[in-house]
Amino acid sequence: MSEEKSAFEKVQKARNSDKISIQKLVSGLTNEFIELHGDRAYGDDSAVYSGIGMIDNQPVTIIGIQKGTNNEENVERHFGSAEPDGYRKALRLMEQAEKFKRPIITLINTPGAYPGVDAEYHGQGYMISQLILKGMQLKTPYISVIIGEGGSGGALALAVGDCVWSFENSIYSVLSPEGYATILWKNSSKVKEAADVMRLTPEELLEDGIIDKIIPEVKNDTDIENFKNMILNKISELSNMSVDDLLKKRFARYRSFK
Amino acid sequence: MKTNKFNTPTTKELELRNQKIPDGLWIKCKSCGENIYYKDLGKFKECPNCSYGMRLGAKERIEMICDDFEQINSDITVPSRFDDDKYQNKIKKAKDVTGLNESVITGFGKINGHKVGLAVMDSRFIMASLGIATGELLAKLFEGATEKQLPVIVFTASGGARMQEGINSLMQMAKVSEAINEHSKAGLLYISLITDPTFGGVTASFAMQGDIIISEPKASIGFAGRRVIENTIQQRPPEDFQQAETLLKNGFLDAIIKRSNLKSELSKILAIHEGGA
Ligand SMILES: [Zn+2]
Repeated sequence: MSEEKSAFEKVQKARNSDKISIQKLVSGLTNEFIELHGDRAYGDDSAVYSGIGMIDNQPVTIIGIQKGTNNEENVERHFGSAEPDGYRKALRLMEQAEKFKRPIITLINTPGAYPGVDAEYHGQGYMISQLILKGMQLKTPYISVIIGEGGSGGALALAVGDCVWSFENSIYSVLSPEGYATILWKNSSKVKEAADVMRLTPEELLEDGIIDKIIPEVKNDTDIENFKNMILNKISELSNMSVDDLLKKRFARYRSFK
Repeated sequence: MKTNKFNTPTTKELELRNQKIPDGLWIKCKSCGENIYYKDLGKFKECPNCSYGMRLGAKERIEMICDDFEQINSDITVPSRFDDDKYQNKIKKAKDVTGLNESVITGFGKINGHKVGLAVMDSRFIMASLGIATGELLAKLFEGATEKQLPVIVFTASGGARMQEGINSLMQMAKVSEAINEHSKAGLLYISLITDPTFGGVTASFAMQGDIIISEPKASIGFAGRRVIENTIQQRPPEDFQQAETLLKNGFLDAIIKRSNLKSELSKILAIHEGGA
């Protein structure tokens, strides 16, 4: 295991192009996976990769926000920044998962929701607000995992599960360290200093009770197998609770942030 | 440099000139740019030209809307662990200007006799950003209203999450949503009243979670800030972009109501939810 790294190193590792892709992760976790498209209202945002599948004998709904693996994909996916139709698709599949009592796993790698004109016209704020409101009420186990970047409201939209885990090389923050340095210090070059004070590393987030667990970085098949077992154990633990208890515990988790 | 006697003044120069006009006499409308004689704004501080409602302090707003009002939890403030000098100074200034301990006033009152839980954000308090204490005040209001079986009206105005409190401020979006959900499950009404300006994490949570969502003419409402969008797309969005009228057209608001009609319209909605009583 690695020694203590500077917060900025974490930022760089979280953003590194060798980070496992959401699709690779999903195909490693599942023995069956069928991608499901579309928000039934406006479009299909490829920044949100989602569908249904089996992890061993466990049916699941998986919803990820993904960056691209090449330039073309990155342009199409706005470098992992979802638009309202992506969030609407996510909400649709969450409600579908609830209907079929399928556990939900969200895999998050996004610098934030896309800041664009159409995104505003189609209700970026509204869609995130609904994912937070309705996500917290879903009567089925809901596990959120920050894979790389967990940027702001665009990440929180998919991170109101029963538990929130972070990959070892990931960050989760209210805005980027670049944004923080620019807005609070009027000095965009102080990114390292910003990363240092923002408490955005998994270790700090765990200490502050924002996340519940740090997952050793998943790079190869063995890592995926370990990650898969953690997910299956958690699903079995959450499935053993009554729906009332599940929701009570989930509500208490989010009510406690003081 | 050559000087020209007949130079047209730049916008900046005009603004400077306007600032020299004695306070309280002339006011420039933020929305249409018209200079308005103070008295013409009337007691609701509406622009006679475009109906834009000038920004209000929270106390002023409550006086306009309530017959009577009792504030709760007025002592709740920023947790002491945020001891950064710069942030502490900001808080102190905000407290001095507003006379408040946080960016929102919460409490219970009556609107034309209808009992409600009410929250009003004050944009003079660090842009009414959503901090831990802001979230706690709002959550407690919804919880209190659930217990008392009362509707809630929240007047939002906010720059979004409070950066100084880091990710804790992001978590407040979830915390307030949780309390709204409990209130909603009890069959109670939540009216979100989005006022100028409302952005970021507040738009992406409680501002957009109302059973009924209302705004005022020409209010600026959005998720991402205009400058962030301009930098991303390298274009200038249209002028009416992120204006209440555009959100209404696109289906994200139930109504835009002029401030002078707000109290009577709100009481009609409250009456319908009381079964016409
Ligand atoms: Zn005007």
